[in-house]
Amino acid sequence: MSARLFWVGWLFHLKGLTNSMFFVLLALIQPVIFASIAFFMVESGSREGTLLYVALGAGLMGIWSATLFGSGGAIQWQRWQGTLELMVGAPPPFVAVLLPLTIATATMGVYSVVATLVWGRVFFGAPLEFAHPFQLAVALPTTILSLGMLGLLLASTFVLYRNANAFSNLLEYPVWLATGLLVPLTLLPGWVEPIAWVLSPTWGMRAIREAAFGGNAWPEIGMCVGLGVLYLGLGAIALRNFEHLARSRATLSLT
Amino acid sequence: MSPALRVFVVGGGISYRALFNWISPGMYVTTMLGSPLFQILFFTYLGRFAGSQDDAFFIVGNAIQIAAMSGIYGMTMGIANERQYGTLQPLLATPANRLAIFSGRALPFVVNGLVVSAFGFAVSWIVLDFRPAEGSVPALVVAVIVTTCSCVALGMLIGSIGLRARDVFFGANLVYFLMLLVCGVNVANDDLPGWLAAIGRCLPLTHGIDAARQIAGGASLGDVRGLLVTEALVGLAYATSAYVLFRVFEAEGRRRASLETY
Repeated sequence: MSARLFWVGWLFHLKGLTNSMFFVLLALIQPVIFASIAFFMVESGSREGTLLYVALGAGLMGIWSATLFGSGGAIQWQRWQGTLELMVGAPPPFVAVLLPLTIATATMGVYSVVATLVWGRVFFGAPLEFAHPFQLAVALPTTILSLGMLGLLLASTFVLYRNANAFSNLLEYPVWLATGLLVPLTLLPGWVEPIAWVLSPTWGMRAIREAAFGGNAWPEIGMCVGLGVLYLGLGAIALRNFEHLARSRATLSLT
Repeated sequence: MSPALRVFVVGGGISYRALFNWISPGMYVTTMLGSPLFQILFFTYLGRFAGSQDDAFFIVGNAIQIAAMSGIYGMTMGIANERQYGTLQPLLATPANRLAIFSGRALPFVVNGLVVSAFGFAVSWIVLDFRPAEGSVPALVVAVIVTTCSCVALGMLIGSIGLRARDVFFGANLVYFLMLLVCGVNVANDDLPGWLAAIGRCLPLTHGIDAARQIAGGASLGDVRGLLVTEALVGLAYATSAYVLFRVFEAEGRRRASLETY
């Protein structure tokens, strides 16, 4: 039952998101533009051997954007569409209904990774040679799942803010920066590093790069799993509180 | 005050307050100040990593480009949202001067763009140790004003298209992101392929940013006069096209009774 709920919900939301021009822009076009900027920058800076590094980073940026905007505004959007009451009123726990949506938003990021890799290969000659393809095949879905669970946490906390979308706007660039997707953390002030540790994109990016460039990705994959479980737990608690408050105050459909 | 001037000033102010009544202080700070600030930081650090240009290149480029957020998104909404909110028909039923209605809307977004850009420069001065050449600030202000007006003109054009198109915000987003690539914001035009650089030269920002960089580096206003005049002419071309499109869509909408249909 739960597996079926997850599968059907994930597929349904993924199809819906794929039909949205906004998410196509976010997951496909924007990462390609940012990847192109970074490609031109590293080329003119003569920093050699960084094209694959940039392509992977720009792809992960797309996963974060899709998760941030998709999951951050998930509850608000369901509310605007009038489907929030149906989701909360459904027999399964609300977290089990919402999780497929947040995972689907992160899954949109697959488009980003594929797009930036292909774009980098075709137009900039980025080498698509991965040292450990098996580790990469594990690292990418793990990263997506852990970002989806981070999305659940975002969805359950952003609901407290009336203008969740504005908050999403604010968080896009800082997380790109703080998680070292394109800029190595060593270039940033030291106080950024502890922030990076609690954000799963940091570990996902490290895992993918370790797998691509010939390291050991398993510890980073483990960190992704651990953080994903933590986000899921915190998100479930926050959602339960939100649902309880909304039911007791009859404010579920109020914006 | 003549009726047209009143429509330009008062009408522009009222339309801004009416169409953007949903902007709370918190939303303004996060979207119009917070996000641009992190954009400047992101590209400056990326520039340090890539080693392509110095900090000032990215700071000036992005501090001016962020004015386009108000110019493009704001101006697009300032025109296209009349249709979305159902107020386009009453607006066009008035006998008011169309040029005054249309251009009056631009004023708040120019001011907004200047505020955002000034904030970007100020924070860069504090956080990134950005120091423009001594005495260059007044000339820099002129460059920012010209460039912001030019961006608003592009926003007008997209907004006019929004009187007809179903999803104008896709176009606005696309243009905004493409400007980061082709307008010399983060990649010097010389480093772009010829055709991309040519597209950039036809868009607002490119010449304005170039002028601002030279000013920050010590050039006088006279030295960059050509660039600023070109930037202003690019803006004028977009504003003219936008107004023509606005009138064409108004006439077509009246003829087909389709002003507010999607």
